[in-house]
Amino acid sequence: MRLFWNIVKRDLRLSWRQGGGAVVGVAFFMIAVCLFPFGVGSQAAILAQIGPGIIWVCALLAALLSLEQLFQDDFQDGGLDLLLLADMSLERVVFAKCLANWLFSGVPILIVAPFLGIMLQMEMDALPGLVAALALGTPSLSLIGAVGAALTLGARRGGALLALLVLPLQIPVLVFGAGAVEAALNAQPMGVHLAVLTALLVGLAPLCLWASAAALRVAGE
Amino acid sequence: MHQYANPNRFLTLSDRILPWLSGLAVVLFAIGLPWALVVAPPDYQQGETVRIMYVHVPAAWLAVFCYAGLAALSAASLIWRHVLADFAARAIAPIGACFTFLALASGALWGKPMWGTWWVWDARLTSVLILFFFYLGHIALSRAFEDPTRGARAAAILALVGVVNLPIVKWSVDWWSSLHQPASISRFGTPAIHPDILIPLLIMAAAYFALFAALALIRTRTEIWRQRLRVLRLTRIERQQPLAGPSRPAGA
Repeated sequence: MRLFWNIVKRDLRLSWRQGGGAVVGVAFFMIAVCLFPFGVGSQAAILAQIGPGIIWVCALLAALLSLEQLFQDDFQDGGLDLLLLADMSLERVVFAKCLANWLFSGVPILIVAPFLGIMLQMEMDALPGLVAALALGTPSLSLIGAVGAALTLGARRGGALLALLVLPLQIPVLVFGAGAVEAALNAQPMGVHLAVLTALLVGLAPLCLWASAAALRVAGE
Repeated sequence: MHQYANPNRFLTLSDRILPWLSGLAVVLFAIGLPWALVVAPPDYQQGETVRIMYVHVPAAWLAVFCYAGLAALSAASLIWRHVLADFAARAIAPIGACFTFLALASGALWGKPMWGTWWVWDARLTSVLILFFFYLGHIALSRAFEDPTRGARAAAILALVGVVNLPIVKWSVDWWSSLHQPASISRFGTPAIHPDILIPLLIMAAAYFALFAALALIRTRTEIWRQRLRVLRLTRIERQQPLAGPSRPAGA
């Protein structure tokens, strides 16, 4: 367990010290959301209607940004070989790295999302729902993204390829995440959507950890 | 089964089967296409547009079948490390992508006169579109590495992850209320289609399967030759510059 938390701490420290990865990701998220009022016009009715979708799509794209680096540095500097030899299953190593990735890419989005929601004319009552949906959905984004990041290690044009692989897999999270916020906006019960988001998270975790670990072993060969 | 995983044995065997298979595909299309597009009766509601169905339905079947095959080959590649499974997976992914595209395009052409729209974001259509993206991702990933073996392994893992989409494609029309009609042909019980339409449809489906099998064999053979050519080229380069590089790419 100490090794697990050491990996989490190390990744957080590295991403913090390497030009503030968290800040760049969340800044991208804010700018991307702010583009939409320019693109679709700033009428309150339109913005309020498409707000949940905008926030979720931008969260997906922002999550992509941090993913390319998830295993890249370890792969290049040889740290990955040490992790492969570590006295801990590779699946748990991946889990630790996903947790760190979520802490510095997902959590900042959770923090700024309510403010962006207000700017997109969403009802105040719906904001807790927005944060709850994001809190349950963004860990799944990190888990799915880990698979793509591990598969594209050392690939040519890895970044674009990563997006092509990861985004289709993330669609279910987007559907139910945006659905939850939609329900909250219309003052409908959002329990079902949150339950599905939780189920996705619980179901995806073993599948994604297995697949990422398998892909890392292939990359380490 | 494992004895057929030997590329040499595969080459001789497929060389013998291929003419028959190609011939079968040609004959089936020669019977099925005129029957489906000219002879078969027009539908009492849909009129002549029902003929699109003969192109659309087998393509959709093949799209799903190809992906299942791709997943099976990927599992074989990861478990037994058969190179032939890698070659075959690399060979059939573009074929599957083409069938998926054909299903989407012919569906859109049929949807415009019937539903009044080229495209709706409903569960069946969307899940097939995602299937198409998985094919594209598989094709891109398997060709993204210097070392083909590495690409094949990575693509195999991706194919297995993408299997979660297959049940969604299959049962999407039953799980969600959808514009797309549910399956009307089942092996058990009486099909909900008149034999006049069913028989040409089945012939077309058989033709598609024969075409797929022939194309898959041809492309797998090409992949084997491509790999041999690559090894030959690498050894020649190595012989020309004996002191140049310390290593040659793995998997050659």
